[in-house]
This record gives sequence, C-alpha cells and structure tokens, in this order.
Amino acid sequence: MEANSPTTAAASASAPGNLAEIRNYTMNFGPQHPSAHGVLRLVLELDGETIQKADPHIGLLHRGTEKLAESKHFNHSIGYMDRLDYVSMMCNEHAYVLAIERLLGITPPERAQYIRVMFDEITRILNHLMWLGAHALDIGAMTVFLLCFKEREELMDVYEAVSGTRMHATYYRPGGVYRDLPESMPKYQVSKWRSAKEVERLNETRSGSMLDFIDAFAARFPAAVADYETLLTDNRIWKQRTVNIGVVPPERAMALGFSGPMLRGSGVVWDLRKKQPYEVYDRMDFDIPVGTNGDCYDRYLVRVEELRQSTRIVRQCVDWLRKHPGPVMINDRKVRPPSREHMKGDMESLIHHFKFFTEGYTVPLGETYAAVEAPKGEFGIYLVSDGANKPYRLKCRAPGFAHLASLEEMVRGHMLADVVAVIGTQDIVFGEVDR
Amino acid sequence: MEQTTDQPAAAGAGIEALAQAIERLVGGVSRLPSLAHELAYRVEPPRLLEACRVLRDAPELRFEMLMDVCGVDFLQFGREEWLTTGATRSGFSRAREINAPPDPDMPERFAVVYQLLSVTHNARLRLRVVCPDTREPIVDSLVQIWPSANWFERETFDLFGILFRGHPDLRRILTDYGFIGHPFRKDFPLIGNVETRYDPERKRVVYEPVSIVPRVLAPKVIRHDNRYEPALTAPELPR
Repeated sequence: MEANSPTTAAASASAPGNLAEIRNYTMNFGPQHPSAHGVLRLVLELDGETIQKADPHIGLLHRGTEKLAESKHFNHSIGYMDRLDYVSMMCNEHAYVLAIERLLGITPPERAQYIRVMFDEITRILNHLMWLGAHALDIGAMTVFLLCFKEREELMDVYEAVSGTRMHATYYRPGGVYRDLPESMPKYQVSKWRSAKEVERLNETRSGSMLDFIDAFAARFPAAVADYETLLTDNRIWKQRTVNIGVVPPERAMALGFSGPMLRGSGVVWDLRKKQPYEVYDRMDFDIPVGTNGDCYDRYLVRVEELRQSTRIVRQCVDWLRKHPGPVMINDRKVRPPSREHMKGDMESLIHHFKFFTEGYTVPLGETYAAVEAPKGEFGIYLVSDGANKPYRLKCRAPGFAHLASLEEMVRGHMLADVVAVIGTQDIVFGEVDR
Repeated sequence: MEQTTDQPAAAGAGIEALAQAIERLVGGVSRLPSLAHELAYRVEPPRLLEACRVLRDAPELRFEMLMDVCGVDFLQFGREEWLTTGATRSGFSRAREINAPPDPDMPERFAVVYQLLSVTHNARLRLRVVCPDTREPIVDSLVQIWPSANWFERETFDLFGILFRGHPDLRRILTDYGFIGHPFRKDFPLIGNVETRYDPERKRVVYEPVSIVPRVLAPKVIRHDNRYEPALTAPELPR
C-alpha cells in the first residue's frame, strides 16, 4: 500500500480560530496486494484512517470467457468454466452442464447425479478451506492457513484421481460425468524426502478405492474443523477483527443481490440446494446454517458450519454410491462420443466420433437460466441457443461480482485495516468477478 | 431416463399461478416462450420502471432480488457460418462467410435480460427489454429499484454499449483503461482490434493493430434436428 497522491492532511491553521483545512487521503490498494485476493485495485479515500469512499477497479483478469464460449462447441467450454472461480471448479462446470442439459431436455443417470452432488460438496469444502486459511492469514492467524492446506491437499488428490488434474478438472459433461470413480487411489512413493515409515502412514487410507479414501477423509474431517474452531471461534483477536465489521441487514443483503453465505450470514434462510433442489439434493439430509447479525464473524460461523454439513452430504453420497453401481453417462449418442472399441472397430462410429469432436452437437433453440449453489453463492448460467452447435450467448452470473459491488457500502466508515477483513469475508475470486 | 427430475418442484407447480398474477398486476408485459419450469416476459421499454416496481413490491410477486443483468446482441442470431445443404453437389464450403453480412443497424438488435428472484415465494422470472433504437441503445436504469443493478448495468454498458438512463455512475468496468469499442457485440472481432507489447525503445507499453489473422476454428452449424423440430416451428421464437 502506498500513498498515491501525497495530498496532505495539511493544516493551514495560521490564525487561531480558523478551522484547519483538512483534505482526505487518496490511497491506491493493489492490484498487487497480497490481501486483495487476486488482482483487485481499490482506490480508497481516507479521512485519517477511516474509509470515506472505496472504488474497486476490476477487470484486470478479464479474459472474455463468455465471448470465447460463443466461438466454441458446447463441450469445449466446460474447461473454461473451471477457470472462472478457480477454487470451486466443479460447481462452475455444474451450472454450465445443467444449462445445456435443460435445453437438450436430458437427465443424467442417477449415479452421475450422486457423483456430481458428492463432488459439489467436496468442492465446497475445498473452497471454504481456501477461504478460511486465506481469511485468517489476512487477519493475522498464520496457523490456520497451514492446517487448512493440509486437508485441502487430500481433496486435491481426489480431484486428480477422478479427472487427471488437481484443479481444472473438466469432469462434468452434459448427460453425466466423464468417467466412473476409480477403483484405486494414487499412492506416495518412497523417495529421499519421504521415508518408508512416513509413506506407510500417508498411504494408510489409500489402499482401497476412491470411495474408501473419501469416506476416511469425511470421518476424520469434523475433528479438523473442530481444531480450526479452537484456534479462531473464541479467539479474542479474531473476534475483535470480525465482530460488528461489515454489517449488512437482511433486507439490504437481498437488495444488493447477495447470495450464498453472504446472504445467510445476514439471517436470510436461502439455499438453492434446499429451495430449488437440483440433482439429488432433495434426498440429502443436511442443515442450513444462518447468522443473526450479518457481520464478518457470523459469515465465518456460517462457512465453518457448512464445512460440517458438506461432510455429512459427502458421507451420504459415499454410502449410496457404494451400493449402486451403474452408468455415469446418458446413453444418448447425440451427446456422448462412441466408445473407443466401437470407434476403432467400425466406420460409422469413426465418422460419428469425428463429427462429434469437430462439429459437436446442436442444442435446440431456446434460452435458460441454470443456477447452482456454488460455495460463494448463486452461480448461474444464462444460455441462449439459436439451434447451432455453439452457444449464441453465454452469461455467467458470478456471486462474487455482486458481492464486490457492495464493497464500498460495507467498508464505508470502517478503518483501513477492516478493508482486508471485508474483502476476506466476501470470499472474492477474480476469475469469476472478471470472467 | 426418468429417474429424477432436476426441475425445481416448488417453482414448477406455481408457475401458472405466478403468470396469472403478473398478467393481472403488471402492465406492458407479454409472455415469451420458455422451458416448462421457467417464466419469461418481454417488457415494453417505456414501462420498465413501473413494471419492475410492481414486481418488487406487490405482495403476490415480491421479487426482492435482481440476480443478473445481461445484454444480448441478436445481430447473428440463427445465421450459420457453414451451410450444410447442397454439400454433396459442390463439396462443403469450408468455414467461409457465406451469408451477406448482417445489417448492423437492424431493428431489435440489442436486448437486456434481467433475472429476478423472489425469496418470499421461491420463484424466478426473466425479463427482456429490447432496445428501441439500435444506433443508440438505451433503456432505463434499475439502480433505484434494485441497487444490485449498478455493476451489472455498468458491465452491460461496457461490453455491449447499451446505455442506462438514470444510472449514477456509468463507467466502463471490465475492459482496460482507455479501451475503445464494445467487445461483446457480435461485430467486434474475437481477436480484438489492438494488441500491446513493451517497446524497449520508447520504454513503455505500446498499442498496435492486431497482427494475427482471424480464423473460425469451429464453424457454426445449425442442423435441423427432428427431435427438436416442434420447438423450431413454434409460433413465436424466443427472440
């Protein structure tokens, strides 16, 4: 942070009785600031240390994702969705494939729906762990960051095992998911950095299938959440930095277009997983935590409780998936490519394969808005199709965009140091804000 | 494949009741075709503010939240880049611009689409306003009704050049400082118009015309799929 314009708070108190002429400071915060969570440039107007105005300048990460999607087949853009909110990857994919599925009028097989719900919740845990660690680090609690990343790494391995990549999975497809859950987890190898004993400990839960691994994770994860809470929930410094900071009353939260934990932190009982359930969320047993005061502390409590509730959902999905093998992709050859064996074996399948990957499939004329409860709030895809093999218009409704728009209102009157707490509590990721 | 339905049950059941309430209470709206569980209306531009106020305040409607505002440019709607009929006689016309270029001043080119959400009644609604003048597209700003419209309208202005009457702070938001043009318009090239590089002689970043050649990697094809033919022959298309 540096003082941008050295307009001084100079006083011209020459004569006694004359009021000093005091002008505000204008400060430039970011775009290369570690607490800006990416590339946020904030122009702050300060009266002493109190924020008078805050003008966020965004768009430094604008890549024109929506325009790019208009030039590609429907399936080609799934990977772009991962790169929007790059800490809750599969939830973005989910909204996108849901929009395509609604226009095509197809429903994925039940097993695929359970897999999607399970990975949505794993993604929520990933996102909230990232958020908790970074938010705590911003406010000065280093330990939480390290603890969160330790658990996060395990879930990243799950991502990698199922899709081949740690982060940008491209795992969901219109009509299901790319492939079924693997029967084994990758294991650590003995190396000069890892002894045999340590490797044995690390591989303890990796001997069975992926579901066994996830189950073991879900069994011990609530204890880890309790650890985070021990460090923060009753911590005096933590409470001083978050209680009564960035208070948003419920009516105002709705008017500002808040969603997700930001809305629930203000006491509005609203969760798309309960209110407008998609996939198999209506069969899941979980609770929706809500706050009462609408401050940073309440939003923290909401997100921490969501970690526990997500773990509950993951366990229910694991139980179901163990008992119900089956297809994970719809058997409609218009939206899925032929199998490798068919493709290698007969000419028609080869042509089909070629056409599927070069031309894609056409989606009927129409428009839809598909929203999912992403970890940050309502992530929606508004999709217009003119009957072609490419989207005519794709709009990503990013929750962080609406949240960041209210930053000025939330920080006005607070101290400079609270800006960091408010940016943290909004859970901003610039991939989705700038798109 | 009818194992479960992903349509929101609550929204689907009451959708006709909601439509009746809207048609009774809100003036200047006409229903647009939509998927079964969705509800979409077209609003006459002069009556947008009045309609939105009723939608927000009427106890039967209570759309407290504006979730999204987005622009749509209909310049190339339904226009293919690669004709597939007659292909057997003369071979495929490889990804060439085969149609005459569309008229950039065509009527009803720009539209603004609003996604509303009612927390009270658990309902969604989509509104569409078509800009009356293509050369100077302008609609009323909804900031005074839903403050969340502020940045969404700035974005729509930035990307499409649609102006919002009464917006308190209509600046560019996503594009670069000093950017020229509205990049999400269909006649704005995907590769852009300028590229930047660091010029070591002048010791600063310079802007130059783009050097790469635009290419169509995946031609747009409209195949008249028999499964969707009823949708194509519907009396009113969704635009």
